[in-house]
Amino acid sequence: MKPFDYQRARDLETAAEAAQAGGRIIAGGTNLLDLMKLQVMTPERLVDITRIPGLDRIESDGPGLRIGALVRNSDLSADMRIRTGYPVLARALLAGASGQIRNKATTGGNLLQRTRCPYFYDPAMACNKREPGAGCAAIGGVSRMLAILGTSEACRAAHPSDMAVALRALEAEVETRRADGATRRLGLDALYRLPGERPDLETTLEPGEIITAVLLPAPLPGATQSYRKIRDRASYAFALVSVAAVVRMEDARIATASLAFGGIGARPWKDPEVDAMLSGQSPSAELFVRAADRLLAQAETDEGNDFKREMTRRALIAVMREATGLAPASTGTDKAEVPA
Amino acid sequence: MKITLDVNGVEKTLDLDARVTLLDALRDHMGLTGTKKGCDHGQCGACTVLVDGRRINACLSLAVMHDGDQVTTVEGLGTPEEMNTLQREFVSCDGYQCGYCTPGQIMSATGMMAEAAEGAPSHVSESLTAPADLDDAEIAERMSGNLCRCSAYPFIREAISRAHAAQTREGRE
Repeated sequence: MKPFDYQRARDLETAAEAAQAGGRIIAGGTNLLDLMKLQVMTPERLVDITRIPGLDRIESDGPGLRIGALVRNSDLSADMRIRTGYPVLARALLAGASGQIRNKATTGGNLLQRTRCPYFYDPAMACNKREPGAGCAAIGGVSRMLAILGTSEACRAAHPSDMAVALRALEAEVETRRADGATRRLGLDALYRLPGERPDLETTLEPGEIITAVLLPAPLPGATQSYRKIRDRASYAFALVSVAAVVRMEDARIATASLAFGGIGARPWKDPEVDAMLSGQSPSAELFVRAADRLLAQAETDEGNDFKREMTRRALIAVMREATGLAPASTGTDKAEVPA
Repeated sequence: MKITLDVNGVEKTLDLDARVTLLDALRDHMGLTGTKKGCDHGQCGACTVLVDGRRINACLSLAVMHDGDQVTTVEGLGTPEEMNTLQREFVSCDGYQCGYCTPGQIMSATGMMAEAAEGAPSHVSESLTAPADLDDAEIAERMSGNLCRCSAYPFIREAISRAHAAQTREGRE
């Protein structure tokens, strides 16, 4: 690692000041330290926020829940309120990383983890995300782990988070504290930028702005929630394709459906038109095929990741069959209950 | 930077560069070489230790961030003369070949069994709320952060399963 200064922040104000002056926030560190060892990231100052009190709690927030930014991934997936009221979130967390990593990785850090694009990870390769204007060696390269939606001529990287995919399906929001002390709430669609010409700018967070919590809306008791992740090995691997679904049925019709996708998007992917197509309809294989067609209409693939079209299509159909009761629920599909 | 760590019940004060990982602090600054460096990127689990009772990758952690924390390494579990249950079962089941991943496997299994005892579900748990039943598939999933390049996995899982059964028996008595 390149030398850096280490600073332990005692409160959000000092952390924000240090971050605004160029310091890099560290919490779990499971991704940042890895990148620092590879010299993909070389911060001059680390600002440790893990000792700031009050950020590691899960508490009621009106009818929903407020998850502090420092809540560990393992604590979040084990929390009984999450397991019962928001099972898709527990499932997504449990599908990510390893037991050791989940014990360290935090909610805020999970949202802000960097892509695992192999070209971003290799400083010998051209990468616009690492070095704006350098070019993108991923184009024409090995594309198995790359995105097929939301990419640009400058960047093909996929967002790696499972948790964020479930949060998009749940329509969660992020609470932040701006450098001036004001707080704001924003949806994940507003948090994450698409790469465009500047893939190095991944979020809309301002300098010194810190994620303080994730806000979950009121749970939907009775909704079926599902997370399905397809990967190259059975555990501890990033998604080739993942699907998160929150589906509420009424009189054998889909009252509401909220789907989100991982492994295929430049950011945790959601297409409101897909949700709208499904809502109000009778579940059928034909409907799900049309939804998948809509989802993939803008997909751009090459021969190394063209399989993701068919894989996404099948995953969407399989998840929706279970979520709507056309097929029996398998492991990963749960009925949400009133949170314990 | 000066920090204090409680390692296996012994308090140690160290003066470290901020770059030193918890793994290097244990091995190179405290002489506790039971904890192994495999990949140094959190992929293999050879460096697994318990911090405040929870398993983590010591390689993906800065020592300075653990000031005041309680660390348990494989040296803190048992001795060759007096092994703990899990260590004994690894020996009796032949849960290794070269042995390099073994300390990490044992520390990870220790943390994993505690998580399961608290009712934490896993990716393969059919129910998110039922008590965790540590069958072979559950053990494999929960131990996926620990690689064994000799591929002693079946015996590793058997050792963990037997230690878990022994622990459950003791818990009932």
